[in-house]
Amino acid sequence: MALRMHKRRTLTVMAGAVAVALVAAACGGDDGGTGSTADSGAAARGPITYVQGKDNSGLLGPMAEKWNSSHPNEKVTVKEQSDQADQQHDDLVQHFQAKDPSYDVVSVDVVWTAEFAAKGWLTPLKDKMALPTTGFLEPTVKAATYNKTLFAAPTSSDGAMLYYRTDLVKTPPKTIDEMWGMCSIAKQNGMDCFAGQFAKYEGGTCNATEWMNAYGAKVVDDAGKPTVDSPEAAAGLKALADHYKSGDIPKQAITYQEEQSRAAFQDGKLLFLRNWPYVYNLASTDKSSKVKGKFAVAPLPGVSGPGTSTLGGHMAAISAYSKYKATALDFLKFLTSPEQQKTNMEKGSLAPVIESIYTDEALVKKYPYLPVLKESIANAVSRPVTPFYPQVTQAIQDNFYAAIQGQKSPEAAVKDMQSAMAAAGG
Amino acid sequence: MSAATSAPPRPTDTKPKKSKGLNAGQGRLGLMLVAPTMLFLAVIIIYPLFKAIQLSFQKDAGLDPATGLFVEGGNAGISNYTHWLLQKCGEVDCPPGTLGAQFYDALWVTLFFTVVSVFIEVILGMWFAMIMNRDFKGRGLVRAAILVPWAIPTAVTAKLWLFIFAFDGIANRLLSTVGVNPQLWTSDPWAAKFAIIIADVWKTTPFMALLILAGLQLVPGDVYEAAQIDGATKWQTFTKITLPLVKVPLMVAVLFRTLDVLRIYDLPAILTNGGGGTTSLSMLVIKQIRSGFHSASALSTIVFLLIAFTAFLFIKFGGADVVQRPPKSKKKEPAAAPGNPVAANATTPGA
Repeated sequence: MALRMHKRRTLTVMAGAVAVALVAAACGGDDGGTGSTADSGAAARGPITYVQGKDNSGLLGPMAEKWNSSHPNEKVTVKEQSDQADQQHDDLVQHFQAKDPSYDVVSVDVVWTAEFAAKGWLTPLKDKMALPTTGFLEPTVKAATYNKTLFAAPTSSDGAMLYYRTDLVKTPPKTIDEMWGMCSIAKQNGMDCFAGQFAKYEGGTCNATEWMNAYGAKVVDDAGKPTVDSPEAAAGLKALADHYKSGDIPKQAITYQEEQSRAAFQDGKLLFLRNWPYVYNLASTDKSSKVKGKFAVAPLPGVSGPGTSTLGGHMAAISAYSKYKATALDFLKFLTSPEQQKTNMEKGSLAPVIESIYTDEALVKKYPYLPVLKESIANAVSRPVTPFYPQVTQAIQDNFYAAIQGQKSPEAAVKDMQSAMAAAGG
Repeated sequence: MSAATSAPPRPTDTKPKKSKGLNAGQGRLGLMLVAPTMLFLAVIIIYPLFKAIQLSFQKDAGLDPATGLFVEGGNAGISNYTHWLLQKCGEVDCPPGTLGAQFYDALWVTLFFTVVSVFIEVILGMWFAMIMNRDFKGRGLVRAAILVPWAIPTAVTAKLWLFIFAFDGIANRLLSTVGVNPQLWTSDPWAAKFAIIIADVWKTTPFMALLILAGLQLVPGDVYEAAQIDGATKWQTFTKITLPLVKVPLMVAVLFRTLDVLRIYDLPAILTNGGGGTTSLSMLVIKQIRSGFHSASALSTIVFLLIAFTAFLFIKFGGADVVQRPPKSKKKEPAAAPGNPVAANATTPGA
């Protein structure tokens, strides 16, 4: 009996020791990660890991194979995350906080770059680590730049376009007022006139900033200070609110995300739709699409000429904790090479970041929207590049959503946007 | 906990006192036997709890304007708590569009969900339980059918209702056949709240019904026979016999559901994503985590206190005897039963 008790005690003590070790391991990672290890491993080479969101078009496998065949000693391993942007963000944050050296190159959404850079998690692409960006579309480079330093290589871009019905509208509207003028055509055909994505989510931020930018507003100035409390921004929101009230924008548009608005356009219920390029292929090939061959794209309309789209897309950045940064930099160059960009466009409809590809004749023949898309991206304004982006997008979404429904005047909405951004510190 | 309360009392000790019948050696053995469990609980419950509370007293990382890098914030005192409770963002009141400004909206809407959906669930659950308790052909089938919504994961339920409540969805189609204008079920302030309540009631009424059914099955049939002989009406039978006898399991069910709805997250997150003012407290915590960890710790501590306080009120005043002590035990059986409704269900003849 005594012996058995002794044994049990030993077991208990051992269990305790294990538990303590677990706890110690668990709190090892929470001391912020502001220390800079950016210079270490700048010249080192070795196998790396590339982390990105779920690959729905089968691009990753062939890409990795191609790299590995020419870099047998510096092979890349691909890790796919979930297909939800929020989850990808949280996964990256967890690995960065743990200073995980196994995440060498990570794919980040355009709006995360500043946050990650300010936390000290990304390797600045300067000096020995510089990445040439000649030939890139300028807004994509601007969105990858924080504090005048490039932190990521743009790998794919995205810009919004205006989808319109060619059977009902001969020439697409160039200005916003022209577009509202054509709403009578929609009425005669028993359909709704215009919709974007006006639900309260990230897409709402994209749409709202487009409208404010179109009227000449600047959400933040070049130093990152909020400047959204301006008559121009209020005018942009007012245009939306007025036409939402008058019915030119259908009332269900405030429940629309990308897919709901695409469904409405494909069902022939919308004359004009603001959406991303992915709609083009689906609307022309989907079995249920009622608008096959009856639609085309144009640049978004502005006040007196083409409007400004919000910039979308992804970038690849090198983790500050990577051990093989020289290989990682080569890998970034490989991802942004014209050849790779072209493959991404052909196989996955990912908009290239390199200007010359948009005029490739074979590609334009296959994707007639490319010239319009190039104009859209070249004029695009990126969402505020600020480390406080989560708070900034919250400020825009909440106030825009209240303004479009008339719960708040446009002037009050932009004022609240400004003070909410200021309260966040950005 | 049900294992503890339902352990049969030893036949001899009518007045059990602590440590009576245990000598020192047995006490030590007992302590050692529970030690691994206690240690396990300490690691998975007590440590995270205290860590969260400790984190909530630290400042979120702020930006150093010179370097453009984040620096650790240091000690925050209670400023993270005043941020939420007094709506202070730094020196100023939180402007609309910050998460801080949404605290009271989220609190009220969460309480609104709790009161309304639990109320509806009690009524419907009682009704379902009475149906399931009757003897009729195909009772097994009805019981299984009523259970189906409870068996579906909440995220899936939310997606199903999202399709139903889409603007071009079936809910609006049905409404239009009776001449009601289509509603914006995920954006309109009232429609969105009721969309969530409808989906929540649909999913969790079976749970309520099951717990109540377990209580109903323990009411002996001769009580009803006696009532019948005495000439009691159906209403009298219900209010004077059924209700008092199922009160304890009913209160336990209400307690469970109340705590559940107070931390509701997945349903509104997927169905409305906060549209129409339906951001619940838990959604606010998750959103805050992405922009400031320490402040989110403070908020989740507030939510934890709110839930703990509600549970305390229920147990103290509501008669939800979840942690029953043997000496006062009069309704031991019904209280023990809900902990294991399936077992209670399986033992009934003819089920």
